[in-house]
Amino acid sequence: MKITTLIINLIVITGIIISAAYNKEKTKQALQSSWKMFVKLLPALIMMMLLVSLVLGLIPRNTIAALMGEKAGWWGFSAMAVLGAVAHIPSLIAFPLSGSLLSEGAGVSTIAVFITTLTMIGVVTLPLEIKTMGKKFTILRNGISFIVAVIIALIMGVIL
Amino acid sequence: MKPKNENSSSKTITYLFTALISIVFVLILMFTDKGDMIITELKDFSFSMLTILPAVILLMGLFNVWVTKEHVMKWLGKESGIKGIVISFVFGALPTGPLFVAFPIAATLKKKGASILNIVIFLSAWGCVKIPQEIIELQYLGLKFMLTRLVLTISFITIMGIIIENFMEEQQENKSKIQINNKKR
Repeated sequence: MKITTLIINLIVITGIIISAAYNKEKTKQALQSSWKMFVKLLPALIMMMLLVSLVLGLIPRNTIAALMGEKAGWWGFSAMAVLGAVAHIPSLIAFPLSGSLLSEGAGVSTIAVFITTLTMIGVVTLPLEIKTMGKKFTILRNGISFIVAVIIALIMGVIL
Repeated sequence: MKPKNENSSSKTITYLFTALISIVFVLILMFTDKGDMIITELKDFSFSMLTILPAVILLMGLFNVWVTKEHVMKWLGKESGIKGIVISFVFGALPTGPLFVAFPIAATLKKKGASILNIVIFLSAWGCVKIPQEIIELQYLGLKFMLTRLVLTISFITIMGIIIENFMEEQQENKSKIQINNKKR
C-alpha cells in the first residue's frame, strides 16, 4: 500500500472518530450519505475496473502510444479534449483510467486536457447552468474553460 | 424536473454500459489467451481502488453533514479582493456534492451581490479543484502531475474569472447607458 493511501485513511478514520465524539447522530448521517454515494458510484466503478483491466491486459503499449501519445499529434489531443468536455464520467473514476493510460504511453498533455475538460466543462449540466446563471455567463465560462484547459495541457506537456 | 430526468437517463446509460462491458469482459476472457494478464490487472486495480476510494467517499460524507449549503453561503460573497478569491477557492474545493448542487448556490450568491470573479472561481473550483479529486489524482497520476495541474488550474481559473467579470460588466454598462439614453429621449 502506498504511504499516501495510508495517511489519507488515517486522516479519515480520525475525522470519523472526532465527528462521532461531537455528535453521534450527525456522524450516522454522514456514514449513511457516504454509503448512498458508494452505491451510486458502484456501476461506474465496476465498469471502469473491467475496462481498465481490459485496456491494460489486451491493448499493446504501442497502440495506446500511437493513439494518444506525443506522436499522435493534434488528432489524439483534440479527440480527448472533446471527449472530456462531452463525457459524463465521475472524475473519481476517470483519474485511475487516465493514470493507466499515461503509464501505457499516452501523452502527458493528452491526458491533462482530458482530465481538465472533463472536470471544468459539463455539457450535461449546461441547461441547469443557463437556467441559474444566464446564457451569456454559461457560454463565456464553458468556452473560456475549454481554451484554458487546452493551454494548461500544452504547458503541462512542455514542463513534464 | 429536468435534472431528475437527466439523472435517471444517465443512470440507465451507465447500467447498460456496465452490463455490456461485463459481457464483453467475460467473452474476451473465454476466447483469448491473455486471460491471466487481464485478471492480474483487475486484481491490482481493484486493490488500489478499494484501499483509497472508501476513505475518499467517507470524507465526502463527513463534509456533507458538517459543512452545509448555509455555511457556504454565509462565508462566500461577503469578501472581495484577494481574500474573496481565496475563500471562493477553499469553499469550491471542499468535498461537498456534485456540480449541479453548486449552480443554485452560485445563483443565490449572485443575487446577494457576490462579484462575478468570485462566482466563476467558486464554480470552477467546485468542478476541478475538489479535494477528493486531488487525492485520487495524487494516487494515480503522481505528485508532480497533480501539483503542476493544480497550480496551473488555479492560476488560469483566476485569469478566466477576471476576463468574464470584465465581459459581464461591459455588457451591464452598455445596458445602463442605453437605458439612460432612452430616458433622455
